[in-house]
Amino acid sequence: MDIPYTVEVRRDTGLNNGKIGIWLFLASEVMLFGALFASYILIRTGSPSWPRGDSILNVPLATFNTIVLIGSSVTMVMAWASLMRNRFGTFRLYMGATILLGFVFLVVKYFEYTAKFEHHQYPSTSNFFAIYFTLTGLHMLHVAGGMAVNAYFWGPGSKLWKTNPTWFTNRVEHSGLFWHFVDLVWIFLFPTLYLL
Amino acid sequence: MTSHDAAPSITGHDAADIDRHVKVYITVFVALMVLTIVTVAIARLHLPVPVAVSVALLVALVKGSLVACYFMHLISGKKLIYAVLALTVVFFAALLALPTLTQSNGFWIHEIDTPASSAPATSHQ
Repeated sequence: MDIPYTVEVRRDTGLNNGKIGIWLFLASEVMLFGALFASYILIRTGSPSWPRGDSILNVPLATFNTIVLIGSSVTMVMAWASLMRNRFGTFRLYMGATILLGFVFLVVKYFEYTAKFEHHQYPSTSNFFAIYFTLTGLHMLHVAGGMAVNAYFWGPGSKLWKTNPTWFTNRVEHSGLFWHFVDLVWIFLFPTLYLL
Repeated sequence: MTSHDAAPSITGHDAADIDRHVKVYITVFVALMVLTIVTVAIARLHLPVPVAVSVALLVALVKGSLVACYFMHLISGKKLIYAVLALTVVFFAALLALPTLTQSNGFWIHEIDTPASSAPATSHQ
């Protein structure tokens, strides 16, 4: 049985089902991170003292990671644009770069985390580190998840391009929406945790 | 170029249209880089916390809007997506407002009656 409205748009919504699905999912993600941001505000404002992020965390590394993640958003959207222009080879280059940049982000995060652990700074150390590890840890999981999906479309999933290029392009667009969302969350996490 | 490149045209957009999009993506990328530097530079000024928070979140909001509008194509989105997002914004705002409302100690916030606090001498009620 074919999945309906993967390529053609529904007349009532003006969208294909995949696009509605990903936006509803992203809406739920906003609430997930929103709940954690609300917790952060509550803990910070209720605390008698709160350390500045830049006095504890590594700002240059986080700035580098911000540039990496924004760069990966650009390569992601370029991957989709390549498919729109029927350039599958270019798509693979850009998608490969996106996955690589995601990997770089995680490696930098690994060094950041290990530096904290070496100084015996754990989530149980303080409220600051509890919310820092929770927010960045959850964000890292999202990066890893997005990389897994992108790797699938770069590799085995790309077979669909031969049989149904429009569907494949739509799938890459939806995966891109998730990736940009992950970038968007980091854009808010970076100043909130590291600079303020 | 690979053998896949010979696939039939899949989109109503012409090449010039996509080229225009690509130029916008590059411009947005440059803007995001500049704003990232601005964010870090402002933090180095060590402004008072309320000012620093306001400015940092304002810059983050501009950056987020650029990503959402251009990379996520919200600028040319459909009504249904806007409706979903509008609803999300309402609930998100309520979620962020909760800490403020809680701290204002509204009428629905009461201290929990513990055995010690319910004793006449230490009662808060």
